Amino acid sequence: MEKVQEKISLVTADGTPLKISLARAQRRSKTIAFMMVFPLLFFVTIAFIVPIADMLLFSIDNSIVKKILPKTTEALKDWSEYSGELPDEVVFAAMVEEIKSAKASRQHTKIGGRLNYESSGFSSLFRKAGRKVKKIKTPPFKEALIESDKRWGDIYTWQVIKQNSSEYTEGYYLSALDFKRKFESGKIESLPEKDSIYLKLFFRTLLISSLIVFLTLLIGFPLSYMLSIVSTRTSNILIIFVLLPFWTSLLVRTTSWIALLQQEGVINDFLIFLGIINEDGRLAMIHNATGTVIAMTHILLPFMILPLFSVMKTIPKSYVRAAISLGAHPWKAFWKIYFPNTSPGIGAGSILVFILAIGYYITPALVGGVSGTFISNRIAYHISNSLNWGLGSAIGVILLGIVLLFFVFYDRIVGINNMKLG
Amino acid sequence: MNNFMRSMIAAAVMITFGFVGQAMAKDLVVVSWGGAYTASQQNAYHAPYMKQNSGIKIINDDSAGTAVAKLRAMNKAGNVTWDLIDVVAADGMRLCDEGLVEVINHDKDLAAAPDGTSASKDFGGLIVSECFIPQIVYSTTFGYRTDKVSRPMTSICDVFDTKSFPGKRSLQKSPLGNMEWALICDGVAPDKIFDVLGTSKGAERALAKLDTIKSDVVWWTAGAQTPQLLADGEVVVGSTYNGRLFKMIAVDKQPVAMLWDWQIFDLDGWVVPKGTKNKAEVMKYLRFATDTQRLADQSKWISYGPARASSAPLVGKHATLGIDMAPHMPTDPNNAKTTLLTNYAFWADNKDDLDAKFNAWLLK
Repeated sequence: MEKVQEKISLVTADGTPLKISLARAQRRSKTIAFMMVFPLLFFVTIAFIVPIADMLLFSIDNSIVKKILPKTTEALKDWSEYSGELPDEVVFAAMVEEIKSAKASRQHTKIGGRLNYESSGFSSLFRKAGRKVKKIKTPPFKEALIESDKRWGDIYTWQVIKQNSSEYTEGYYLSALDFKRKFESGKIESLPEKDSIYLKLFFRTLLISSLIVFLTLLIGFPLSYMLSIVSTRTSNILIIFVLLPFWTSLLVRTTSWIALLQQEGVINDFLIFLGIINEDGRLAMIHNATGTVIAMTHILLPFMILPLFSVMKTIPKSYVRAAISLGAHPWKAFWKIYFPNTSPGIGAGSILVFILAIGYYITPALVGGVSGTFISNRIAYHISNSLNWGLGSAIGVILLGIVLLFFVFYDRIVGINNMKLG
Repeated sequence: MNNFMRSMIAAAVMITFGFVGQAMAKDLVVVSWGGAYTASQQNAYHAPYMKQNSGIKIINDDSAGTAVAKLRAMNKAGNVTWDLIDVVAADGMRLCDEGLVEVINHDKDLAAAPDGTSASKDFGGLIVSECFIPQIVYSTTFGYRTDKVSRPMTSICDVFDTKSFPGKRSLQKSPLGNMEWALICDGVAPDKIFDVLGTSKGAERALAKLDTIKSDVVWWTAGAQTPQLLADGEVVVGSTYNGRLFKMIAVDKQPVAMLWDWQIFDLDGWVVPKGTKNKAEVMKYLRFATDTQRLADQSKWISYGPARASSAPLVGKHATLGIDMAPHMPTDPNNAKTTLLTNYAFWADNKDDLDAKFNAWLLK
């Protein structure tokens, strides 16, 4: 066999075997292909992956205390936090010295802000210390610092500082899952039901988003079917009606729902005019979960219709005709023949709507009131209002994890290659 | 040289000089709240300043609502593109704490009052942070629909009285203000509010009081929502910033009246971001824009009280409506019989904690 092959091995005009020459050419074309993709790859890495990774690091980063109070945190290592005694003079001396130098570079309030996320009161503790330490010049520092603010005499204060002096923290994730670290004992406890926020919001976000997927499918399926069977000219006109709201600003669509749905709004007025409800029975359809569901179903509907439509258009009409002519009931022909063929569109539309829905925050914030807001509203709050970026990122990472989980889940059941986006 | 060449050269010369001219004019990017508020600053500060200093061009950026987070991000990226930012006092303090804004020497950097009183005395207690230059005093207070109540609302506790004043109320989706009002109406002495609110029992007490109206509340997140809800008749009474209600009452002539009882004063003012490329120009502008006359001028355009004591006597009539502005100012003695000043120190310590409790309560 080998001999035969050697005999028939071909060479190019310059004498190199064809195999090598071919590999060389292929390598060249691969390099060119890579070079052509490279700008995009570079852009995606710089503008997308790196910032996301950087943001995600916020959720575990805890370097600030150690960075600004290096000596104090080092000295605290020798102190047993559950001994029931205050740290000794060395720790207090280091703390006074480091608050002094931090004050000079305006860093002391940064620690206060960071630790205040863990326990209320640290913000003022460090701000006050920044004002008072310059008067503390001679030892004993312990008595002097406690005299400046008696909270320095609480073992609790030092327990909080010690337990936040490592480079990384899991604290933000604990908060994001409604757990709390008890600094007195170092134990992690889950919050009582009445204080829980985030788990409830995660659960609600998933529930309402699933409902929105179901509703967009319910409305979108027959609509897409109609679009796919009418003549091209009619379907082109109809598709404009689908796309027109899609091109309208999100805020405009959301606020017009407010005008329609509110208690003194168009729909309630119309129902009263028809005599279906009376003045006292005006329906509360907005500033609650109903408002979120209605407005978001409308806003996300095109994302369901477009993939469905593009799939349905490719299903030959003869399939169903054949099934019926072979004796199938029209319903059975639809269910056994037509419907399975639309699954790539249903899959694509559902996952698109679902992923968009769980990240929505403007619409829920405007029409959701209390019962219709999502977890992303808390992320927005922590990023732009409370400035607790650590907690905001931690919630974001969990949300990202949930999306990926659903994606894997989807891949297992339907298969990602089977998805058709348009 | 033919005509074509000549005109080409002329064009080239013009373009070159045009560019030079542009490069010589300094752009100052001023971040503020947009809408009527930026307009009042444009009229009272920016326009006269640009008239006097032809080399300066002031560009308005309306992103004050997200300025704190954006400045933090800009600082992290090492590219600060803003020169001056309008923020509420609490955010000014926080940015100062984080070292993202410049420390101001109020007496050295700002103009003294016409009678020679130093700037720091003129602003007095309103200088709540060493980085913050107060500009206006605004208040969060209530407006109610005069045509939907049986008698005028005069007490903050009327908001909690759903029997005498049935209908929905709009409140801010935040513990700030609501918890103070709840405690006042639950019988806590006004000077003891923050002692009570600082304990977990006190927080529960405030939430329990809010619980009595919870099902009647529409929660707002943007200042424009309450005026809209009032105008649509969705709510009978609602809290918002007093300038918004002024516009409803005086400009739009809506059937709405003010309920000034226990209005909560807050401050809005300037901070200079660290890393601005035009610090010298900004400081020069600030000296002008925060002097006695300029602060008084702003109140011709919007009903917020000037932060300088020396500006108060200069408050005159509205620039276009011609109505007397003094009775619409939150600081007017008739309106300011009962007031609270936002307790910055308290909220800096307790906001995260109370906000979590407040949100957990909302979800119940």
